[in-house]
Amino acid sequence: MSNVSGMCSSFKSEILKGIHALGTSVVRAGTGADTIKAALYLASASRGAGDTVYNSTGEVAGSGYTAGGVAVTNATAPSTSGTTGIWTPSASIVYTSVTLAAFDAVLLYNSTQGDKAISVHNFGSQTVTAGTFTLTMPVHDASNALLRIA
Amino acid sequence: MMIHTTKGSLDEATLARTLGFEERPREFVVWIEYRLGDELVRRDAHVIMKDPGVVATAIAGEFA
Repeated sequence: MSNVSGMCSSFKSEILKGIHALGTSVVRAGTGADTIKAALYLASASRGAGDTVYNSTGEVAGSGYTAGGVAVTNATAPSTSGTTGIWTPSASIVYTSVTLAAFDAVLLYNSTQGDKAISVHNFGSQTVTAGTFTLTMPVHDASNALLRIA
Repeated sequence: MMIHTTKGSLDEATLARTLGFEERPREFVVWIEYRLGDELVRRDAHVIMKDPGVVATAIAGEFA
C-alpha cells in the first residue's frame, strides 16, 4: 500500500452542494438548494467562462420571453460518479410560446446568490416562432452530466 | 387540436407541418415548422444535449 495525492472524489460533489467554505462564505437562509435560472443569449453575444454574474447584455429578447430566463428544475442533488462530481438539472429547460431569433447559448446562474454565474453552454443557432424551445439535458453521468468536476 | 401560432390559435389540421433533424457534435436538434399556405406561423426547436463539454479539472497539489 502507498499514499497517493489526489482531490477527494467526495469533495468534488460537496463543493457543488455548498458543504465546504474555504474562504469567507455567505449567510444562507436555509439548507434548501438555491434557485438556478437559465437565460438565453444571441449568437452575437460574448458570454463565456469569464462571466461572474448574470448579464443582460446580448440576452435574447422577444415575445413571451422574460429577461433573466426561466427557473431550472433542480430535484437531483449533486453527486459523485466514479471520481467525478456531477450535477444536471432534473428536467428539460422549457420556454413556451416564445418568438426568438438567432440565439445559441444558455447561461445558468444562481438567482438566490446574487445572480452569480455558473456555466455557459453553446448549441447551434436557433430560431423559434410562436413556439416552444426545449433544452433537453444530457445523461446524468461522469461522461455527460451538465456540470462535471473531474 | 388547436395550437398557438402567430395568427392566434389554429387547428393543427389546417397547417402544413415540416419536421427537421440535425446532429451536431454536442447536440441533436429537432425542429417543427407549421405553415399556413406559404407563411410560417409557428416554429418549435428542441435541442437535446449530448455532451455539453463543461468540465472543471480538480488538481491536488503536491509538495516538491
